[in-house]
Amino acid sequence: MASKVYECISKIADIIIENKDFLTELDREIGDADHGINMARGYTEALGQLPQDESDIGAVLKKAGMVLLSKVGGASGPLYGTAYMKAAKAAAGKTELTVQDGKDILDAIIGGIKQRGKAERGEKTMLDAIIPGYEAYCAAADAGKDLAECLDAMCAAAAEGVEYTKTIIATKGRASYLGERSIGHQDPGATSSLLTMEAIRDWVRAL
Amino acid sequence: MVGIVIVSHSRLAAEGIRELAAQMAGPDLRIIACGGMEDGSIGTDAMRIQNALIEADSGDGVCAMVDLGSGIMSTETAIELLEFDDDHSDIQVRIADAPVLEGSVSAAVSASSGDSLEEVIAAAEEARGMKKLLD
Ligand SMILES: Nc1ncnc2c1ncn2[C@@H]1O[C@H](COP(=O)(O)OP(=O)(O)OP(=O)(O)O)[C@@H](O)[C@H]1O
Ligand SMILES: [Mg+2]
Repeated sequence: MASKVYECISKIADIIIENKDFLTELDREIGDADHGINMARGYTEALGQLPQDESDIGAVLKKAGMVLLSKVGGASGPLYGTAYMKAAKAAAGKTELTVQDGKDILDAIIGGIKQRGKAERGEKTMLDAIIPGYEAYCAAADAGKDLAECLDAMCAAAAEGVEYTKTIIATKGRASYLGERSIGHQDPGATSSLLTMEAIRDWVRAL
Repeated sequence: MVGIVIVSHSRLAAEGIRELAAQMAGPDLRIIACGGMEDGSIGTDAMRIQNALIEADSGDGVCAMVDLGSGIMSTETAIELLEFDDDHSDIQVRIADAPVLEGSVSAAVSASSGDSLEEVIAAAEEARGMKKLLD
């Protein structure tokens, strides 16, 4: 039987692969028209390579990170790859995750992406979805909500974050070559991060 | 002798730059082109870069010449992967903050003459200020 963590990652993979053309179109507007192609290639490879019956969440996340580092091809490769590797460290040896684990994992992911991409919030990147998502998750956790409710709060804030990327100038990544012309378009990486968070939320809700 | 790895999103670009730089180099220089993905498509792959760094090292370190965006991030990731790789954690790698083509030519000349990693990086980075039109 496939482990829960494998099921969850394959749910993310399905959503990303389903949205391949959408993500690529977003990247056509302000980048090099490959974000969906990159992400779908990485997750397709991950689906083939991940151990299905390994229940150590950290071990599976680490393997996923290694595959994404190598197979995505664009900036999102080292960024999501690093995010998964950092998440793996935070989840090492665990087979179940608590609300607090979710906090620790999100915190580790943000640290990893910042370190790898040297970006901050407000530069029109995936961080503009993930950081508000993390903050809303923490606020819900501190208010005593359960995991599914925390993930709902995270997704709602991340969706607002994606909307916000339409209003700002890109100062990191390919889109920064466009300067002011990047305004009006939503960031592809922020969008794939939102899709990832929603996939996790939907998977938890369906448990 | 310091080795050189040329990282680009494009296989053809990396090989072309290698060809140009190798012309200026001695026969002993290890200069490796690492362009594109394993299947030939455009992109960068931290693990391919990691292997290229290992191949380029002969004990005196490696100068990495990189193009844009994920060329830099994937090379930095590759360097971290090396640090955690018990068999290769002693390999010294530095990324030159320089234009990839001009910098590779300068680095090849410097490395071929037996310069240290510091000196090869400095030679590559000098290419940043090189004027093309002299008036
Ligand atoms: N320095 C960075 N920090 C955080 N996120 C970044 C950074 N650079 C790019 N991104 C994110 O990556 C997304 C683009 O991913 P994609 O897979 O299209 O890579 P790319 O820009 O084409 O890569 P490359 O650098 O190889 O050209 C952007 O929408 C943005 O969210
Ligand atoms: Mg792109």
